[in-house]
Amino acid sequence: MHPMSLQQRIEKAGNEGRIALIPFITAGFPEPESFVRIVRELDASGADIIEIGVPFSDPVADGPVVEEASRRALAAGVDLDWTLRQLADLQLEAGLVLMGYYNPFLQYGLERLAQDAAGAGVQGCIVPDLPLDEDGPLRTALVPHKLDLIALVGPNTDDERMRAYAAVASGYVYAVSVMGTTGVRRELPMEAAQTVRRARAVFSLPVALGFGIHRPEQILAMSTPPHAVVFGSALLRHLAAGGTAGEFMEPWTKRAF
Amino acid sequence: MKKGRFGDFGGQFVPELLMPPLWELERACETIFSSPAFQQELTGLLRDFAGRPTPLTRCDTLSQELGFSLWLKREDLVHTGAHKMNNTLGQALLAKHMGKRKLIAETGAGQHGVATAAAAAKLGMACTIYMGAVDVQRQASNVSRMKLFGAELVPVDSGTRTLKDAINEALRAWIVEQADTHYCFGTAAGPHPFPTLVRDLQTVIGRETREQAVRQFSRLPDAVLACVGGGSNAIGMFHPFASDPEAAKVRLIGIEAGGTGEPGCYNSAPLNLGSPGVLHGQFSMLLQTGDGQIEPSHSVSAGLDYPGVGPEHAWLHSTGRAEYHVVTDASALRAFEILSRREGIIPALESSHALAFVLDKPSAFAEGSHVVVNLSGRGDKDLDIASKHLSLLQGDAACTP
Repeated sequence: MHPMSLQQRIEKAGNEGRIALIPFITAGFPEPESFVRIVRELDASGADIIEIGVPFSDPVADGPVVEEASRRALAAGVDLDWTLRQLADLQLEAGLVLMGYYNPFLQYGLERLAQDAAGAGVQGCIVPDLPLDEDGPLRTALVPHKLDLIALVGPNTDDERMRAYAAVASGYVYAVSVMGTTGVRRELPMEAAQTVRRARAVFSLPVALGFGIHRPEQILAMSTPPHAVVFGSALLRHLAAGGTAGEFMEPWTKRAF
Repeated sequence: MKKGRFGDFGGQFVPELLMPPLWELERACETIFSSPAFQQELTGLLRDFAGRPTPLTRCDTLSQELGFSLWLKREDLVHTGAHKMNNTLGQALLAKHMGKRKLIAETGAGQHGVATAAAAAKLGMACTIYMGAVDVQRQASNVSRMKLFGAELVPVDSGTRTLKDAINEALRAWIVEQADTHYCFGTAAGPHPFPTLVRDLQTVIGRETREQAVRQFSRLPDAVLACVGGGSNAIGMFHPFASDPEAAKVRLIGIEAGGTGEPGCYNSAPLNLGSPGVLHGQFSMLLQTGDGQIEPSHSVSAGLDYPGVGPEHAWLHSTGRAEYHVVTDASALRAFEILSRREGIIPALESSHALAFVLDKPSAFAEGSHVVVNLSGRGDKDLDIASKHLSLLQGDAACTP
């Protein structure tokens, strides 16, 4: 039996009357030894998709929390090889997505990445420094292995540009909530709701909202909610402070959005 | 060639949120920048504020010893002490015409930060400079100059806390502030259109050199040399020669910083010792590990201390039109001392690398030839660093071994 696609996973949540949950965790965080246990815990606590961050020395789209997690992981010797080995054979309920900067993927080899990621059960990639104009080679490598290349759009992505992404996108659309980096804001700005509304109108794919998401009330306040939410920095902060993945997921799962 | 590409090199590898400001800048390059009125205004600023044209000075003493004519293009005489001002005045003026009220910039050694802060002060713009916390410590006098010009200084504490991290932080700030802010990028690297824009602003170096060569020694130089960190002074010198078939015989020689030169030491020589990859918005040559993490760089000259290089150099290297060599810290320091003693000019440690290649390898140039070194900056800023090392070299200022 084929596993559900990323799109189907989010649509299934919608059919059940809820917003899909997409936690992000940096590979090897907080320690390489506990990483797999936490991924399993996220899976058991209701994650629909889990984004695994591939650490990079120069994460230009990320705020201080993800950057620090990346630095720690690199210092502990985490790389793409190690990450894919951990993910293989996990047999998770949730779908898996790799989120990483382009250079580590490029040096690994795009064909090899597609093959090994698919082999490890990964269903998509997010590359925050690879806009539409440069993503041809990676997209070409991913397609034969049925991996989605997730489109990122933001408040300053106009409808015409969104349509250009929509023409090639698959999986889901990642809507960036703010003009900024990950994890910095406490409150969602007005423009987040507009971005979600515009993305929902342009794309036939489900829309996931990320950057600065840390509590359900932020989403409940939106008149046009996203189909899914992504939380990264808030989860990493919670784990770094000694909290468990299950505790973090609880307020998100006990609510019927 | 594809827009924004130099062969395979270049491109726009940035978060989607940075694409709109890059397009806006691209349009401004095509419309405002290329207009005669803008160029006239910029030429006036370069003349009356920055002090252009700069002289082409013959090194009489050294030329006699070397057996060929050694000339210096005197970018050390540009206001604030380096070629950086050619770029910052142009970008600041462009930003002002685009309706931006603020400049942000990264800086390593502090020269680009100082030049940006001075341009902002001159044109009445706000200015914030991002600088690695390590560099803030080791370049204290430039920090004071930036503050004196009214710039806000943000020390960057992430990563290696040097230039590459300052660029990351400035890019992050530009995502947030793009509506009213221009990112005044410091070298001919980064995402398109910066490599082309910065090059076009620095080609004044090569254009003047050509005219002065013809006027002062009645022909084109046999070779032009420049140090290469990000590569803006070098591409500014090379491009007017590289783009003209009539100058096909002019040798273009770029010099990268080799650090201490010990096997396995950190260096700043991605063209010679690196491999292709993506950093700071561009595909170019990089110092990196096998799995694509960026390696720390090192050079005694902070201005060359960068793990990447502009894409046009990567292309000129791959086609063979320009040649690139590596010079170590010790050679550069020796050249620093020799030029000071023999010619009365203190070169920046960056420019000393280019000079050192000529002094170390005079056999690379034919007798009677004309060799131009781009003296990209003055060395007053380097006296502290040089004095730590030069006691070892005292009395050893002979230029031939």
